[in-house]
Amino acid sequence: MKPHPPFRLSESPLRHPFTVHAVQAPAGTPEWASQLHDLGFVPGERVQLMARGLGGDPLVVRVGWSTYALRLAEADCVQVLPA
Amino acid sequence: MQEAVIHIHPAGALLALVGNPNCGKTALFNSLTGSRQKVANYAGVTVERKEGRLTTTAGRALRLLDLPGTYSLQPRSPDERVTADVLYGRARGEKRPDLVVCVVDATNLRRNLKLVLAVRRLGLPAVVVLNMADLAEARGLSIDTDALAHELGLPVVRTVATRGTGVEDLRRLLDEPSAWKQRSASSAAATAGTPDSEAGDHEAVHQILVRLGLEGHAPELISDHIDRVVLHPLAGPVLLAVLLFAVFQAVFTWSVAPMDAIKAGTEWLGQLAATTLPQQGAWHWLNSLVVDGVIAGAGGVLVFLPQIVILFFFILVLEESGYLPRAAFLLDRLMGGVGLSGRSFIPLLSSFACAVPGIMAARTIGNPRDRLVTILVAPLMTCSARLPVYALLIGAFIPARRVAGGLQLQGLVLFGLYAAGIVGALAVAWLLKRLTTSGQVRTLMMELPAYHVPTVRNIAIGLWQRVRIFLRRVGGVILLLTLALWFLASFPAPPAGFTGAAIEYSLAGRLGHLLAVIFEPIGFNWQISIALVPGMAAREVLVSSLGTVYALGATADDTAAALVPLIAGSWSLATALSLLAWFVFAPQCLSTLAAVRREASFSMAATTAAYLFVLAYLASFATYRIALAFGLG
Repeated sequence: MKPHPPFRLSESPLRHPFTVHAVQAPAGTPEWASQLHDLGFVPGERVQLMARGLGGDPLVVRVGWSTYALRLAEADCVQVLPA
Repeated sequence: MQEAVIHIHPAGALLALVGNPNCGKTALFNSLTGSRQKVANYAGVTVERKEGRLTTTAGRALRLLDLPGTYSLQPRSPDERVTADVLYGRARGEKRPDLVVCVVDATNLRRNLKLVLAVRRLGLPAVVVLNMADLAEARGLSIDTDALAHELGLPVVRTVATRGTGVEDLRRLLDEPSAWKQRSASSAAATAGTPDSEAGDHEAVHQILVRLGLEGHAPELISDHIDRVVLHPLAGPVLLAVLLFAVFQAVFTWSVAPMDAIKAGTEWLGQLAATTLPQQGAWHWLNSLVVDGVIAGAGGVLVFLPQIVILFFFILVLEESGYLPRAAFLLDRLMGGVGLSGRSFIPLLSSFACAVPGIMAARTIGNPRDRLVTILVAPLMTCSARLPVYALLIGAFIPARRVAGGLQLQGLVLFGLYAAGIVGALAVAWLLKRLTTSGQVRTLMMELPAYHVPTVRNIAIGLWQRVRIFLRRVGGVILLLTLALWFLASFPAPPAGFTGAAIEYSLAGRLGHLLAVIFEPIGFNWQISIALVPGMAAREVLVSSLGTVYALGATADDTAAALVPLIAGSWSLATALSLLAWFVFAPQCLSTLAAVRREASFSMAATTAAYLFVLAYLASFATYRIALAFGLG
């Protein structure tokens, strides 16, 4: 069964456009929220999963006009909605 | 960590280049100041502030600071902290800039303009440089410079920094008093409804892009097509392995002809010097100094120039193209397994050129533990100074024949030696992970820039710089140490009636015999033992030192430059393999240890030296004993 939106960016299908719904950092690394924000992970922004590494970690993510390599744990902070 | 020392020039206003990583600040800096700072296509090439001088069109001299790239004014790693400190006026020994030059990547205004807004809030006079304007146009983004300037309330100049386009416009702009106008925070906020906090910046940028007609989807880029293969979970790693392997094959196969030419040249010069310089009386010392010291020593290192050029050609192409961060992505999982992240990959890869810039590049790593571990294992990456040592030994002991699959055996062994260094580094990192890491969280969040076709000009400049550095080493430290060793190996001269070779009576000979007690168990003779000592200053010196020691020890009329047949004839294969193993791990040259001390601490430098020595000794011991057991003694 497909997860209901909003769901985690890491669970989204490859190369399908989504928009950022929310960014929530885990308790252990609160600084991730602002760092992801600096990179452009801001609610409403277009985001797309471009590639998965061997074993599903790390991931390649396009947000806005930029592309980043993110660890699975980092990508899990980002909740997405269908575009 | 200590910061780089910046000399204070009170004269001239201070400008600072600020922008996201990899937006072209250093290319612009080089273009404005005529410098040749390193540029490449990945985030984090510049890790310290660099200063230069630029002249405006009207002839005014200004000071220009090139700063490490950053995504925001909240630093996440030591290199980003440098930038924030300078902008807030907190940097030691540096005043707050009089004007900020915000460099913006025109192909990515969304993220880049956010930093411009943050800088504008500082209230410092600022101008905006719209860089990579050509790439933006090629992607169908037409940016109205005047409209953007109006939106930002800051002057905007369009440039292509790598080609120097638009740089004159910037020089002219710096002559206009309006560019230097102090912007109070309130007047800045009044322009275009600017938010007064970071949180609103994203929305403000969005509004600006909508008004400029630039908001829309990024087009499917060529880079994306390339990445489908390069980042593929299976094809990607295979491609990476093939690529690295091809580099080592090329280092040996492409270098044969130019190396033969240089070898023939030095041999001819040695013969010429030996016959034309006078031999009588005290003159034979001069003859020996030139033939055995300069030509056999330094000339023996010069032979390896073609291999170094080939290696750097590949490193430069990989750096320029944008492939490096992809390789870091592919290896992140592996690095995670030993307690590091993909972020450590670029510092470690830089160490293949030389460990010193590699250790400095570790400043881009945010996690302090990871930074220290990266610094600690960086010397295990095979630096280019070790290439002459490997090449000499491989050339002397490994037959140049093809093995299964048409691969060159010599290239294969070289690949193996590089691999041994990498495996060693991973093993040490893994061990440290077992010992020190508990609940460590490391951040990757690494940008993958668009691919660029490397420009011939940049590659040529980069190669020329490497050639100059190498020649300067050969003519400087290598020649000096070789001459020092020649002196030690020639004096005191043996008394009449001494039966052995003269060198055995000299200081170097006696010191060598003393050291050989330590190194005999791992198969090193006294000639190798003494050559290891100056090799601490620069690795290539081992080659020149062996050249001098053997040339002096050789009987009468042996040609000076023929080190390869000499060692091939007098060493066992076990000794050669043991020496190769030694150099995979051997304690690094003094400049590396100095870099570790500067970037970390004295105790870290001492730890590095100690653990590398132990590792090298153990590896050589095991190699030598195993080789003996297989009858290779």
